[in-house]
Amino acid sequence: MDLNNLNSNLLDVLKELGNIGSGNAATALSTMINKRINMRVPQVKILDFKDISEILGDGETPVVGIYFKMSDDIEGNIMFVLSIDSAINLTNMLFGRNDSKNELDDMDMSALSEVGNILSASYVNSLSTLTGLKLKISIPSICVDMAAAILSVPAVQFGQIGENVIFIETQFEEGDKLIKGDLFLIPEVDSFEKILSSLGVIL
Amino acid sequence: MEIVKVGMADFKAIKNIGILTTLGLGSCVGIALYDRNNKIAGLAHIMLPSSSEIKNNSNKAKFADTAIEELIKEMILLGANKKYIVAKLAGGSQMFSFGSNTDILRIGERNVMAAKKKLLEMDVPIVAEDTGGNYGRTIELNCQDGSLIIKTIGHGIKTI
Repeated sequence: MDLNNLNSNLLDVLKELGNIGSGNAATALSTMINKRINMRVPQVKILDFKDISEILGDGETPVVGIYFKMSDDIEGNIMFVLSIDSAINLTNMLFGRNDSKNELDDMDMSALSEVGNILSASYVNSLSTLTGLKLKISIPSICVDMAAAILSVPAVQFGQIGENVIFIETQFEEGDKLIKGDLFLIPEVDSFEKILSSLGVIL
Repeated sequence: MEIVKVGMADFKAIKNIGILTTLGLGSCVGIALYDRNNKIAGLAHIMLPSSSEIKNNSNKAKFADTAIEELIKEMILLGANKKYIVAKLAGGSQMFSFGSNTDILRIGERNVMAAKKKLLEMDVPIVAEDTGGNYGRTIELNCQDGSLIIKTIGHGIKTI
């Protein structure tokens, strides 16, 4: 499948897929922290490797990345990315704290992994229901580092197959703008055909 | 001073003055080559170890082996003399771990090994390296003196 020639119809299908998946994830997040969560319309980004470091703006900005491998019928990755401030605000909400610390401790990291886990699971669950495909996610792995280094992980994985990566990106924002996050669904190119044909799209 | 950005799966060479930089090396490896006598610097940001393991290998800048070859060619075009070229390596870390370390996630280590093997094959001495670990690196290669600045988050800044 040639990613450069995806027609707008297919892109719409992928967007809708992202919409349903991340809609469920946003609901899960909202329930967890009991706050309103706004969600942007998902974007489908087809990127060359050399542009990946700039997908979140400055590639050197420190971010928290929570990474999952997706396997079974669809292979790929799911990644939840938060700015450090957002991660601190989120853990403060989860632990009912009010302090103004500026570092994440082990307990915070563990809580963030679990949040990522719940979001990814609800994303994947709704995809699975929608497509009838079997999907599994790995345990979470969390890392705090430069955005470019974190986003290079899925890129390297797909570098073995092709020259570009598809990110289905959804931005979240908590009602008071204390938490902003990006949820990425990054399926392998081969899995696209499976997803699309399971939805009855004829390529 | 001119700052030239090198993206992922990309390489560039410059002459006399300027800085070559690449942001956020994770498991990728930055291969910095320098000819002190002719003041020519080259930087490659490779993603994968070997072009021979992968079918779709048209992008030469993506692999350690082909990127080193091409970068040296480009430096020679700019006037470098191959016998003066020395190398510095940075990157090759493992950002995420899942306990079992058998798969793709060890790619950083393999990238470093592949780069070293190729440099040895081409008789390019490695004068310094900062590789491994579990954190990202931003590097800057100065064309005037061949120094390589390595910036990290939480692991300091150093020059090699």
